[in-house]
Amino acid sequence: MTFTVVAASYRHRERQRSAPYRTVMAGVTFGGVAVFLGFVGILTMFGQREVIAETLSLAHLTIAMSAFFAGLWVTHASSRTGLAARVAQGLGAGTVAGALIALLALSIHLFKLRRVFIALKKDLLDILTFEQSIGAAVAVLVIGGALCGLLGAALYLMPRKLRRPLVVGLTWAFFVGLFQELIQLMLQYEFLMKFRELFFTWDGLKPQGALIVFAAAAVTAAAWQAYRPRYDSFRENATPGQARMLLGFKILIGLVLIIGFPAFAGNFIGQVLMLVGLYVLMGMGLNLELGLAGLLDLGFVAFFAVGAYTTALLTSNADIAIANMSFWQALPIAVVLSVVIGVLFGIPVLKVRGDYLAVATLGLGEIVRVLVLSDFAAPVLGGAQGVLGIPRPSIGGFEFNDPVDLFYITLVASAVAAYFAWRLENSRLGRAWTAIRDDEDVAQALGINLVNVKLLAYGLGAGFAGVAGAIFAVMLASIFPHSFQLLISINVLALLIVGGMGSLPGVVVGAAALIGLPELLREFGEYRFLFYGLVIVVMMRLKAEGLWPSAARRRERMLEEESRAAIEAELRGGASR
Amino acid sequence: MAVLEADNLHVFYGNIHALRGLSLEVGKDEIVTLIGANGAGKTTTLNTISSILAPAEGEVRFEGDALTDVPPHDVVGRGIVQVPEGRRIFGRLTVGENLRMGAFLRTGKREVRQSEEHVLTMFPVLRERIRQVAGTLSGGEQQMLAMARGLMSKPRVLLLDEPSMGLAPMLVETIFEAVLAIRNEGVPVLLVEQNAFMALQIADRGYVVETGEIVLEGPGRELLENDEVKRAYLG
Repeated sequence: MTFTVVAASYRHRERQRSAPYRTVMAGVTFGGVAVFLGFVGILTMFGQREVIAETLSLAHLTIAMSAFFAGLWVTHASSRTGLAARVAQGLGAGTVAGALIALLALSIHLFKLRRVFIALKKDLLDILTFEQSIGAAVAVLVIGGALCGLLGAALYLMPRKLRRPLVVGLTWAFFVGLFQELIQLMLQYEFLMKFRELFFTWDGLKPQGALIVFAAAAVTAAAWQAYRPRYDSFRENATPGQARMLLGFKILIGLVLIIGFPAFAGNFIGQVLMLVGLYVLMGMGLNLELGLAGLLDLGFVAFFAVGAYTTALLTSNADIAIANMSFWQALPIAVVLSVVIGVLFGIPVLKVRGDYLAVATLGLGEIVRVLVLSDFAAPVLGGAQGVLGIPRPSIGGFEFNDPVDLFYITLVASAVAAYFAWRLENSRLGRAWTAIRDDEDVAQALGINLVNVKLLAYGLGAGFAGVAGAIFAVMLASIFPHSFQLLISINVLALLIVGGMGSLPGVVVGAAALIGLPELLREFGEYRFLFYGLVIVVMMRLKAEGLWPSAARRRERMLEEESRAAIEAELRGGASR
Repeated sequence: MAVLEADNLHVFYGNIHALRGLSLEVGKDEIVTLIGANGAGKTTTLNTISSILAPAEGEVRFEGDALTDVPPHDVVGRGIVQVPEGRRIFGRLTVGENLRMGAFLRTGKREVRQSEEHVLTMFPVLRERIRQVAGTLSGGEQQMLAMARGLMSKPRVLLLDEPSMGLAPMLVETIFEAVLAIRNEGVPVLLVEQNAFMALQIADRGYVVETGEIVLEGPGRELLENDEVKRAYLG
């Protein structure tokens, strides 16, 4: 509550700042982001990726966008001033952003900054100056920034009817351009060749292709917008039968997409989707522990490792293998063993709460990894050499060899696991978990057996990770201790935070955003953790309940917003008096 | 015969001797109050009865059976229900969800619905707010919800820890009326209070606890007239 009041009064004060202050701040913030990207080397890397072949690189788009969003933002923030003033502020903010980037170009040109900032090299200067003279470049950056700022303001001020299709069209064109390589791979089939040549060259998206994508997406969006009211009224007045049909139709489309797309899209996409699927499985497991029962667990990777090692040792044809089972026989054993380890893992930390629990589980997770690496366990677990020669699963004569084949196993496993998780959430046990998350003492006073309920949370959560581990083992065909770093636990935790704690769809969204997207943008791999940190900080500031929050969280958030709005209204009333 | 008896309880927190041979009993159809200063051992007594703390010596008997080594959740299962101090409702859940959480150990769906109906008749405010998120209730409403939630587990004896804490005098009266109503329905109540005056007015019997020992006991009215009690707790 206190926080709400403080936040409200802070926002209130922000709103009272003068227009020039806001304009300059918007420009400095967004221009600063572009400059920062230049300093760490991301901009240089963006320069090599072309959104539209030989016309527009990602770096130039980023520079333009920084000015564009500065204009958009300041227009948004000055909602209570006149139209002309807002346009002027947009222009001003864009100019400031452009000037800041021009300053960077000038500094690289004049001083030998490379000795300290290794990313500020000639490549970057070429990008910033468009390979022109420095004087011309500065002019282009400042004037271009001003124009982009103006465009941002214009986009914000134009009627919604026009804005939606425009934004949708531009977004589509951008993503088609960004992922052109992947899309071209999908268009390899003979009958699609003509199509491909219309849009793409081998280097990237053609300008005319971008135009077509933009137009098609914009027209579709506009048409949908026009048709929307009729669809909504149909949905509201639908008979139960029609409503069921509609839902069935949506599910059918979803199923066709999720099943058909990977087969069509090829092995790279299949591989990425499969990795997302593994994290979805782990996310659902940690969601039981953390999202429902409130038990923060940073040693979650241990269960993943148990699943993987069990499968490996039971199926591998290496010397240290203890059996020669098929994947399907080993899978249930791996899951059961993970559950058992999960329960054992829970026992020592039963009475530990909150932050201390995070540290204790962190330690337990590390113990598992170090144990696997140790010479002591090497004769059994293979030590640093790991376990090799894990065969791929097969049914009858069919062997699941390709990533796409394995993706389908992950998909089925995820679907089954999601069903379990959903049933658990709404069960008596689920309610007990909710109770101990909110107040352990009261839960006990209501007759909930804390020991059993907590151990079940650890055990069942571990079971999900065990499934993921088993599939992981056959995916790689060999496993090593260094695959089971603390980082995996942190990834799973981060995807829960981003997706929305306690929400099943949130797990899928979080995994897609934090695991899938960075995989698709492999070449920016070294900046992956910068991206992670940024996403989490931004999420916490703007949408702390996650991308797809659970119903309870959404409710709580709405209450907070309401009380904040009430306080703000009160403050405004006080100020005008 | 007493429903609930505490017999010569000794409880330690580390080196601190919190209860020094405390004994009390709660009879059928009785409101018994336990009054005393901060830190005298009131809440410790309740937690020992609920088996959250284990006595070093002495035992708690419920309907004649000793509760030694019975885990806390089973104590609730037997019908000893504690409504903890400071309300502690589930702030994120709705009023209805809170009530259903109270019936966690019960299985019969129809009986649970009957109980719900019953407590909503006892606290009509809660019926109006059944779909509201519990965290947005006022302090008095939250206390009523906490008591209603306790009643949902069909207690055979109810332990109330400081139900009047932080409430306006008017609301305190409402709460205490509810305590009387609970007793009149045949559920004995052990009421721990700092508001000694109010507690002794409705209580059939009272105990005064000081540094872990009962120093005085008697019918509520009598204690109210007692000079020592007057001086120490009623001012």
